[in-house]
Amino acid sequence: MSDATLPLPAVVRPCRRFRAPTDEAPAARRLLIALAVVGIAVLVLAPLIVVFAEALADGVAASLASLTNRDAHSAIRLTLTVAAITVPLNAGFGIAAAWFITKFDFRGKSFLITLIDLPFSVSPVVAGLCIVLTFGANSAIGGWLVAHGFPVVFALPGIILATLFVTFPFVARELVPLMVEQGRAEEEAALTLGASGWRVFRTVTLPNIRWALLYGVLLCNARAMGEFGAVAVVSGKIRGQTATMPITIEMLYNEYLSVAAFSLAALLTLLALVTLLIKTALDIRHADALAATPAH
Amino acid sequence: MHIQIDEISKAFGMTAALHPVSLSIPCGALVALLGPSGSGKTTLLRILGGLEFPTSGRVLFDGQDATGMTVQERRAGFVFQSYALFRHMTVFDNIAYGLKARPRAQRPTKAEIARRVTKLLDLIQLPHIAGRYPSQLSGGQRQRVALARALAIEPRMLLLDEPFGALDAKVRKELRQGLREIHDETGLTTVFVTHDQDEAMELADLVVVMSMGCIEQIGKPKDIRGQPATPFVREFIGA
Repeated sequence: MSDATLPLPAVVRPCRRFRAPTDEAPAARRLLIALAVVGIAVLVLAPLIVVFAEALADGVAASLASLTNRDAHSAIRLTLTVAAITVPLNAGFGIAAAWFITKFDFRGKSFLITLIDLPFSVSPVVAGLCIVLTFGANSAIGGWLVAHGFPVVFALPGIILATLFVTFPFVARELVPLMVEQGRAEEEAALTLGASGWRVFRTVTLPNIRWALLYGVLLCNARAMGEFGAVAVVSGKIRGQTATMPITIEMLYNEYLSVAAFSLAALLTLLALVTLLIKTALDIRHADALAATPAH
Repeated sequence: MHIQIDEISKAFGMTAALHPVSLSIPCGALVALLGPSGSGKTTLLRILGGLEFPTSGRVLFDGQDATGMTVQERRAGFVFQSYALFRHMTVFDNIAYGLKARPRAQRPTKAEIARRVTKLLDLIQLPHIAGRYPSQLSGGQRQRVALARALAIEPRMLLLDEPFGALDAKVRKELRQGLREIHDETGLTTVFVTHDQDEAMELADLVVVMSMGCIEQIGKPKDIRGQPATPFVREFIGA
């Protein structure tokens, strides 16, 4: 190619059409964005709007009134209690399991990782049945517990056990990949500088995993409040006693009390949205710290 | 401090990382553990620092058995291969970490900690970076901060694992000189691990050549160059 065929403007013109190798063609990009928007609108946004619309179908007053009766109060209190007990427990279990898996080498490690994932692959209903069979009044352990005035099945301990089982993987799953990537060098460095094991955990390990931990806790919390299948089996659905919010919603819906059902559903959705808002607020406030910790 | 390594061996499961090795490191010496990867040099360094425990044998510090000593009790200033700076702390907090971790009775006051950190930042010739995070530093700066952090605890010895491994050639030369100066200034017994024979020969008073978990030769750089003890040493140095 001679110089004559390359006039100066020609050098400038191709720039307009240049795109990075990883960019899609404009048409493909628009199509993908459109698909994503439609998908989110149909699958996520529309159901959310329907829940709130149905809840407010008879006006705000009717909706609020349906939330103030004794059974609704009991359901809300029970769900919050279960979340308040299971989330800290599973955060503790998750940190311990992730710590154990990532900081130590031992035989049976891959088996333990599989075991942590088990609740994801087992149907919650099956998990609930297992708890009924193990702790029910007809089993040896269950019979003994009932005789000593501590019933597990059809009572709060059973609901907590079922929720613990179902939400067990969330925190550990968030932490393990991050902690594997970070390795143990920083912990070792802190030890050589004279820090005790507990101090190392508090000042090095925990700050390095705090965002992943928070995210795991939020997911765990959302699932703990929303769990239906396992709890439905173990709780016995006793209205005003062992009916959590999701179970009460189902019962109200089956009784054609749609305003009451959707009002409670809207409240449950709001609780989940609040946790998401907290996460977003933390993300914004600690943007600097996040930028300084590139591993996350 | 005088370090004595007495018939130390280390096995990971079925594989032997160190066959029984013995080594005497005189007080105030600057020693290089030189060898290819897998020669057991890092394992030996980690045993000195208390990060690994030997399968058999003893470590003596100034004639006292230190084999069972915890990593905290050893007070070894350790510089890690990838520096292992605390990524969520500023340079100041990184260097101050060891002082703040001391039991309350021995902990310096806040003002004293600040004074010492400032002094160490001057020593590594980076007085202006106290407020930065490790991710905002260059490789050479990180290495020097890691050295300052290790020196902050007033260590009894200095242990460095491939201290210049991740740096480009020019920075490496500068920092080599820096380490020599800091060693001469503090008089600390210093052991560093390297696979770079030029680095070992140029910097160390005493070079320990290792291969396959055994010590091949211990000697002054010129003796090792002049009279290689084994065919392995001749080949490794010649390369």
